[in-house]
Amino acid sequence: MSDGLGLWTVPLAVVGGAIRVSTPFLFVSLGETITERSGRINLGLEGTLVFGAMAAYATAVMTGSPWAGVAVAGLAGGLFGLLHGFVCKFPRVNDVAIGIALMLFGSGLAFFLGKPFIQPSAPPLPAIGFGAWSDLPQVQAALRVNVLFLIGAALSVALWWGLRNTRAGLVLRVVGDSADAARAMGYDVDHVRLLATGLGGVLAGIGGAYLSLYYPGSWNEGVSSGQGLMAVALVIFARWNPLACFGAALLFGGAGALGPALQSVGVSQGYYLFYAAPYVLTLALLVATSSPDRALAGAPGELSLSK
Amino acid sequence: MVADTAPSSLTVAPSRSSASLCIRAWLARRSEAVAIPVGAAALGFLLFGLFLAALGKSPVQLVDIVWRGGFGSPFALGNSLQRAAPLLFAALCVALPARLGLVVIGGEGAIVLGGLAAAAAAQPLAALPALLAVPLMACAAALVGAVWIGSVGWLQAYRGVNATISSLLLSYIAIALANHLIEGPLRDPTSLNKPSTLPVGDAFMLGPMPVIGVHWGLGCGVIACLIAYGLMDRTTLGFAARIAGGNVRAAQIQGLPVGRLIVGFTALGGAFAALAGFFEVVAVQGTANGTLAAGYGYTGILVAFLARQNPIAIVPVAFLLGGIEASSGLIQRRMQLPDATVLVLEGLLFLIVLMSETLYGRFKLFNPHLWAEKRAPAPPSPVLA
Amino acid sequence: MPVADLPFTRRRLLGTGALLGLGVATASRARAADPLTVGVIYVGPKDDYGYNQAHAQAAKALKGLPGVEITEEERVPETNAVEKTMESMINLDGATLLLPTSFGYYSPYLLAEAKKNPKIQFRHCGGLWTDKDPKNAGSYFGYIAQGQYLNGVVAAHASKSKTIGFVAAKPIPQVLNNVNAFLLGAQSVDPAMTCQVIFTGEWSLAVKEAEATNALIDGGADVITCHVDSPKVVVETAARRGAFVCGYHVDQSPLAPQKYLTGAEWNWLPIYKGFIEAMQAGRTPENFVRGGLADGYVKMSPYGPGVGDAARRNADAVKAEMLKGGYAIIKGPLKDNAGKEVLPAGKTYPEKAAELESTNYLVAGVKGSV
Repeated sequence: MSDGLGLWTVPLAVVGGAIRVSTPFLFVSLGETITERSGRINLGLEGTLVFGAMAAYATAVMTGSPWAGVAVAGLAGGLFGLLHGFVCKFPRVNDVAIGIALMLFGSGLAFFLGKPFIQPSAPPLPAIGFGAWSDLPQVQAALRVNVLFLIGAALSVALWWGLRNTRAGLVLRVVGDSADAARAMGYDVDHVRLLATGLGGVLAGIGGAYLSLYYPGSWNEGVSSGQGLMAVALVIFARWNPLACFGAALLFGGAGALGPALQSVGVSQGYYLFYAAPYVLTLALLVATSSPDRALAGAPGELSLSK
Repeated sequence: MVADTAPSSLTVAPSRSSASLCIRAWLARRSEAVAIPVGAAALGFLLFGLFLAALGKSPVQLVDIVWRGGFGSPFALGNSLQRAAPLLFAALCVALPARLGLVVIGGEGAIVLGGLAAAAAAQPLAALPALLAVPLMACAAALVGAVWIGSVGWLQAYRGVNATISSLLLSYIAIALANHLIEGPLRDPTSLNKPSTLPVGDAFMLGPMPVIGVHWGLGCGVIACLIAYGLMDRTTLGFAARIAGGNVRAAQIQGLPVGRLIVGFTALGGAFAALAGFFEVVAVQGTANGTLAAGYGYTGILVAFLARQNPIAIVPVAFLLGGIEASSGLIQRRMQLPDATVLVLEGLLFLIVLMSETLYGRFKLFNPHLWAEKRAPAPPSPVLA
Repeated sequence: MPVADLPFTRRRLLGTGALLGLGVATASRARAADPLTVGVIYVGPKDDYGYNQAHAQAAKALKGLPGVEITEEERVPETNAVEKTMESMINLDGATLLLPTSFGYYSPYLLAEAKKNPKIQFRHCGGLWTDKDPKNAGSYFGYIAQGQYLNGVVAAHASKSKTIGFVAAKPIPQVLNNVNAFLLGAQSVDPAMTCQVIFTGEWSLAVKEAEATNALIDGGADVITCHVDSPKVVVETAARRGAFVCGYHVDQSPLAPQKYLTGAEWNWLPIYKGFIEAMQAGRTPENFVRGGLADGYVKMSPYGPGVGDAARRNADAVKAEMLKGGYAIIKGPLKDNAGKEVLPAGKTYPEKAAELESTNYLVAGVKGSV
């Protein structure tokens, strides 16, 4: 196998890219879906993602176990989420603004504490090869799927089902749609939101662990280029539906692979424009599927973003 | 702390108030808006000091350095003001749409395209005198920014596309487009290792403002904030916008053109953001290049939210933020702390200042309607039944 | 800044430049026994396994020199913030030699500060200083393309697919020189070699660099190198995919001990020492410093286990030629990858040729476009 695959490189790269790049988007957007379904928005998950990446990497370096890294990242993310959830229960405190401050705080703290961990190498998370049926190394590489991706995929189905069919899902939706109704039913609105934001933080932290421990698989201060912020925006695109979050994350990851792949088959002019493909595609889909009548379809009624 | 729900404007009963009480009440209410954030900032510094002390660094030295690096000398003040200048414009791009209930987080794109438009416009205008050409370049920038962010408003108002996500997506698209043009069709072939557009030329460059020595972006930014304040708080248009921002349905029932208001105010915000890019080109860099995307748009979001979307408050907040960033270098050099220190400090500071908003109306000292309760404790019922 | 308009003298007493700051410098600063303060400015974090780290390593080594003090600031953006950093280093730290290390600092910021502070020496990494620029400014750079040429020689021996890959940030001359040299080095071993280049468009963008590396390997490349600020991601991603890697900026062999062939590294220390010695002797440091392997400004990482004897001998022989000085990588007849002639037969661009500072082509055999 000495030659490339010619034009087949592009679709293969899109599939491979979707699998490789989508996981952080998936985890953060699932986490944010839980948070927003409770009626709060946490824009600060970018900071949580970066902190999770640092915490996971540092833990993996120190303990030698990537899964310990994932656990610590989830824990740290949960603490950031709980902080957001706790602060925002006070009257007049703006959840969007707190999120932006937390974005700064989380990334800053991650950079500050992460300095000693840029040089060492951490053991990466394991991946499962689903490409053994093919003898093409490119196919085998594209179908190496990280365990966290599979967990994320399962989680999106479970959340989708759980939101509709479980008591916890119902409570979450009621709290998110009408705090008054939830109170009338005897639920502690602040408590539900605190847990929902905390859980959102846990997932965002795990998304960060994927960044530093699998792909791109190293800790440095540029490890996230705004994936956390973009993922929060993707929740709106996915209309607060966990299954759609999965689709949006795949779409975003796959479209992101387009730029490098096109260059590798000789389409080398205007690569900046190809790199913008995920954004253009998302915007186009968003415009095509929106209409003024159903502007807020699926939006939790309590969300400050949609009020 | 007293839980209270009555709005302060309805409170002090006129029959009981003497002239001096009126003045004291007015002063009390005004000083609340200063005392609470200042107290919160002090608490933020205190907490950060504890963090530093835990790392074996001196908190006192930190305060000293922030003071000297950001505020304590003419050089430090100039440094802070220079950093504040683009933030004024960037924050307006958040604050104006916010009054209509839109969270726009894509001002960065308008800044970059505005700068590029100004630099591109300089070439066909090269024959004109600067007095004519430079305002035209500003118009070109503002127009591009207005169209860019205005389309965010249009998409929201007429297509139901959420402004937060569309502005973020458009910002990434704008930066990609600008990079493509700067390194492709608009590249000055002699810009070797820093791809840039053709220089706008010395004749079109703006010098520093007199006395303070900071570029004109600062002065114009302050004026822009004043204009925005006047528009929002002193005109019927601004009043209509605030009604629409509070309750769309109510605004529509009253026959307000909600869609046009949204498009208008987002476009205005975009025009202001683009002016940040314009000044970056004509007062700082002389060309449009990749460093136009320096993150001012994102910092502007923070400024706007800290200023509670009030255009006047943007000015001191941007100055404060500029001062902290100005001291960042000294923190690194004098305390041997990493660059990220200042991010942690800012994050902590802003968390606490934003949290402190919950304290408004809770202190007796600042809230005249609570004074009355002290004198006549019997009926705690609301003044207006 | 109200600096007195004194005539510029080349022979200054040690450290007196600090006196001409904002008047913060005290009289004691003027004493000849005072150390020379050097300000080093980085665009990214000092720990990046790459460009900034290479400079920071040299700065760290300077700290041990007698009579020298180092003041450093990292993550300074290429905006007017860097002017303020320079002024602050001059006024508050008494720096008299400034080394801003990022491409974007030169024009307009460094040039403006050099005009404002005629007594302070500014030396910039990567800029193109000319006679028209202030005399207290200057620039330095290393011909690291020589290192990439040697990378290419070793890569050609290691490659089975005859395709090598390059992850590049932006199509600027210094990057294009490296891409061209990497392939020309490989072609000196086997003229059939080709090189695929992918531009990421940014100096530091981890996910895109990883995607570019994967795309290169999927396209058949089996030896990868790069020119981005922090090669850590490229090196690790390539090694995980089983490809060989050649390093850049600093020695990245600990990241991929089995797959790392060799690497092109900076060695800024001799340049910095040269500036400091000149300042301490009361001379003006050189304004325009360029040099490659022969001058010791560029060095190679030790060979990894994947480098065979033939490759070693071949690369060592080329290196010995380069160490004599005046080595020409770009030799006529040479065509670019669009078929246009770049250089006619018989003409060469030796290492100090000014033409190399404005390269705007990719040589024949490179797949990609500027």
